[in-house]
Amino acid sequence: MINLKSFMARQDILALIILAALLFVVMPMSMDIFRLNLIGKYLTYAFVAIGLVLCWGKGGILSLGQGVFFGLGGYCMAMYLKLESSTPEATAIQSTPGIPDFMDWNQITELPWFWEPFNSLTFTLVAILVVPALFAFIIGAAMFKRRVGGVYFAIITQAIAAILTILIIGQQGYTGGVNGITDLRTLKGWDIRSDDAKYFLYFLNGALLLGVLVLCQFVLKSKLGRLLVALRDKEDRVRFSGYDVANFKIFVFCFAAVLSAIGGAMFTLQVGFMSPSFVGIVPSIEMVIFCAVGGRLSIFGAVYGTLLVNWAKTTFSETFPELWLFGLGALFIAVVLVFPNGLSGLYRSYLAPHVDRWIFRKPPEGGSTGTGAIDTPAFEPDPAARPAE
Amino acid sequence: MFADYSWTELGSIFAMQGFAGLILFSVFVLMALGLAIIFGQMGVINMAHGEFMILGAYVTYLCSNFVEAFVPALFGVYFFFAMILAFFVAGALGALVEWSLIRHLYRRPLDTLLATWGLSLILQQAYRSIFGAREVGVTLPDWLLGSVPLTDIIEIPINGIFVMVLTLVIAISVYFLMFRSRTGMQSRAVVQNRVMAGAVGINTEKVDRMTFALGCGIAGVAGSAFTMIGSTGPTAGQLYIVDTFLIVVFGGAASLLGTIASSFAISQAQSTMEFFLSGSMAKVLTLLTVVGILMLRPEGLFSAKIRR
Amino acid sequence: MRRLKDLIEHRLSRRSVLTGTAAAAMLVTAGAIAPVHADDVNTTGLAVTEDTVKVGILHSVTGTMAISETGSVQAEKLAIEQINAMGGVLGRKIEYIQEDGGSDWPTFAEKAKKLLVSDKVAAVFGCWTSASRKAVLPVFEQYNGMLYYPTFYEGLEQSPNVIYTGQEATQQILAGIDWVAKEKGAKSFYLLGSDYIWPRTSNKIARKHIEKLGMKVVGEEYYPLGHTQFNSVINKIKLKKPDVIYAIVVGGSNVAFYKQLKAAGIDMTKEKPVLLTISVTEDEIRGIGGENIEGAYAAMKYFQSLDNENNKEFVSAFKEMWGDEIVIGDVTQAAYLGPWLWKAAVEKAGSFDIDKVRLASPGIELTTAPEGYVRVHENHHLWSKTRIGLAKPDGQYELVYETADLMEPDPFPEGYQ
Repeated sequence: MINLKSFMARQDILALIILAALLFVVMPMSMDIFRLNLIGKYLTYAFVAIGLVLCWGKGGILSLGQGVFFGLGGYCMAMYLKLESSTPEATAIQSTPGIPDFMDWNQITELPWFWEPFNSLTFTLVAILVVPALFAFIIGAAMFKRRVGGVYFAIITQAIAAILTILIIGQQGYTGGVNGITDLRTLKGWDIRSDDAKYFLYFLNGALLLGVLVLCQFVLKSKLGRLLVALRDKEDRVRFSGYDVANFKIFVFCFAAVLSAIGGAMFTLQVGFMSPSFVGIVPSIEMVIFCAVGGRLSIFGAVYGTLLVNWAKTTFSETFPELWLFGLGALFIAVVLVFPNGLSGLYRSYLAPHVDRWIFRKPPEGGSTGTGAIDTPAFEPDPAARPAE
Repeated sequence: MFADYSWTELGSIFAMQGFAGLILFSVFVLMALGLAIIFGQMGVINMAHGEFMILGAYVTYLCSNFVEAFVPALFGVYFFFAMILAFFVAGALGALVEWSLIRHLYRRPLDTLLATWGLSLILQQAYRSIFGAREVGVTLPDWLLGSVPLTDIIEIPINGIFVMVLTLVIAISVYFLMFRSRTGMQSRAVVQNRVMAGAVGINTEKVDRMTFALGCGIAGVAGSAFTMIGSTGPTAGQLYIVDTFLIVVFGGAASLLGTIASSFAISQAQSTMEFFLSGSMAKVLTLLTVVGILMLRPEGLFSAKIRR
Repeated sequence: MRRLKDLIEHRLSRRSVLTGTAAAAMLVTAGAIAPVHADDVNTTGLAVTEDTVKVGILHSVTGTMAISETGSVQAEKLAIEQINAMGGVLGRKIEYIQEDGGSDWPTFAEKAKKLLVSDKVAAVFGCWTSASRKAVLPVFEQYNGMLYYPTFYEGLEQSPNVIYTGQEATQQILAGIDWVAKEKGAKSFYLLGSDYIWPRTSNKIARKHIEKLGMKVVGEEYYPLGHTQFNSVINKIKLKKPDVIYAIVVGGSNVAFYKQLKAAGIDMTKEKPVLLTISVTEDEIRGIGGENIEGAYAAMKYFQSLDNENNKEFVSAFKEMWGDEIVIGDVTQAAYLGPWLWKAAVEKAGSFDIDKVRLASPGIELTTAPEGYVRVHENHHLWSKTRIGLAKPDGQYELVYETADLMEPDPFPEGYQ
């Protein structure tokens, strides 16, 4: 059996404690509920970013369509909440009371069949996990079995994001169209818009995030995690060693999809609506940058990267809306050219040795991270210094 | 749906529809050719391709304003100069980008994707700061507008013919450049075996830069031509990205012929479906079919038979 | 008196180290002297001081919608400047806080919440697309804010927290269709739009009305936002030969659509087919190019070329502030009305309190509106005239018809839903 020590190095435990303290103590103490709710919203993106660390950083599979899964999770949740708020009493002015308002605007007179099961909360919660997993399985099975990878996979997932967006917008009677599903009020009679609910959802979100982090740590430290890294770096050798590479890839892609969907569902709960603007190409690529800024190899880094980019976006776009896009663009380039290992890379090279020395009383050299052997990046830390061929 | 119409009418409409498909085909080829060169020959994913096209469109816009203000006599022919200028401006920016950005990333294709996406954001904001958030209208010489009536119903849009001719000219030039010239031979040699190409004395760095600049330059010309049929605004370039990449991937990345074939297949499919279905569904079905085929045949229509 | 007050405040700020009691005593004096004390006109803790009041401007200045929303921001700033030059609202200068929605609906909701909760603004002028309005609506209702929304839109909504200064769908559509039926003898229509809620709902209302009048819809079609290839639909139009092409295409697609329509030989300056649009304002024509849309008709409530004194003043003030090159479209004018309607309502209520402003709003009239006279209806929309304009090659519309009476706003039309 795996004991605690082998699956979490001391640095990882420290990171988990610091993050927990930040999320549960520092942030709620220092911010009003408005800012805290914003942080909660950002943290839902962190689920996607963590999924991308597994998929892209560790497994080498870059999906540009993670927004699809975020959206699927979010839409499942939103459908349930919308049905609950569309009681016949609340929608009495419609020509068909009891169905969501946007359906009424589109002359739909009864609830479509695929909306029916979303009257049940249990079904909704299961759907949030199963629908994206199934969808990811179909995509993954079709592509990885045929050994499509790398750039092709990225472009095809991107096209899928585009298709789904057009479809959602086009079928507005069933999906709410470009407006999305708005005006969500209660969950089992509990007002999700009140401050108390926002606090509760924030903590729930934080707890889920920490749970997911521990789970991912477990996956990464298992044999599966090592195999992922191996097939990223030399897929053929893994295949020749007798492993079915495609199955591992499918698994990690589905896993990342489920994580994204959890994020999407939490997003809907905290923000109060869901719209196709989270499904498309642009949000999907932005989520990749959250992951890249954090350091594509570190699940903790992904959380901090998400927080940092979103915080910068909110701050800069308030003060200098014109400069924001320049900043974001420069960030994309910098994260690729100058520090490809992102925040976690910076932490490892500059802070981690000191942390080891002061907290763990360890000499700086020799196993400074405990994960170094696995996480050695596939490229040199400073590509700028390498002459082009 | 056809019962109410006479045979002549139907015949004319099908002719028109075929022509519409051909225009779409030319547009797709123009869009995708530059990208196919960069992606197919270099393995670089240029997400800023659309922004290079819009750069060409803005160059055309500036030219039209300049000519209208200072040399109105030349207004009838300014479009040709504008396209040539667009080629060189976009190409020069391409060379600059290759030198400062892309050449550090040749071993990491997925990272070129992120970096060029960042570049596209910067370019978009630059256009917005310089030209304003609104779309700009490019004034065209009169002879490029309107249509040639053949029969009562069949009318051939002049700008459509112009785009088709332009596509033909560019495709032929690219063919000669890539397959009949020394530069093209070097470029292909670098694609096939970079180390060996370097060993026999080809300056691979220079070849890379020229190839990238060529791809961007063609994007610029395409953007310039699209001012006749589309809009010119800071974010207009993003509209083309998905279509363009799908065309290139569908055609088989390393094959220019494949790009042309896939442009033809996708444009005909889309234009036929648009005629029989509503617009949004036609688009969804086309994209779905392409993605579906790619899942079954990931190497695309034409795959390069090279031992790697 | 104002001077005295300024003097006291000045001293207060300079000597902020005064002991608490002394400061409190002086504050009381200051309050007693001021004509209308801030506490009297603001009982709910809005950002109102003795001589300023804060409002919010919430539009996209980045992203794809920036193209459309820029004009609204400019109009709102102009109105605020003019109101301030006239002495402000209840003796208070308007200070605006501008937030960028970034063409992203959740950002709109987030910024709306910031304006209401953190900045405590007395009113917000903003939003453009229906999607952004739908996203902020729950926020305004929950935190009781006031939104002045400028765009013509699909209707089917009526919120106590929104004043809709643009036309709702029936106002824009019915008069236009009546006009083409009567003046152009139209019998058949081809409906065309971008694929989202406003064109779809509008076309639905149009179809009902067309069929009620005994005319016929020969085709209805939607294309994704940003679509740029319209040759197939143009062929279909040629095949069906409708009398009227009813186009609600928006954004960049507009440019492509009109250029390709012209290139395909559909000459809108000829008798048939008539092209009637409700989505192309002067703003959009700048991108399309006047020569490409010459001869089309637009049905809306305002054109820059309207010949009346209010409008002339408005246009020259607008150009003075934002440059001669600028054009003004329907939505820009509607956005300009927002601050003025708010000012009138606040002054009628004698208070900045949201609830009082809401109660005071129905019945508010503006005789100085560039479009002429407007009045706020019980349902928070505006009574306004509907006008038909003929597009000229110089990018302006020439007024060819206007309804004799104000059109009643009817956001929930019977039988059209």
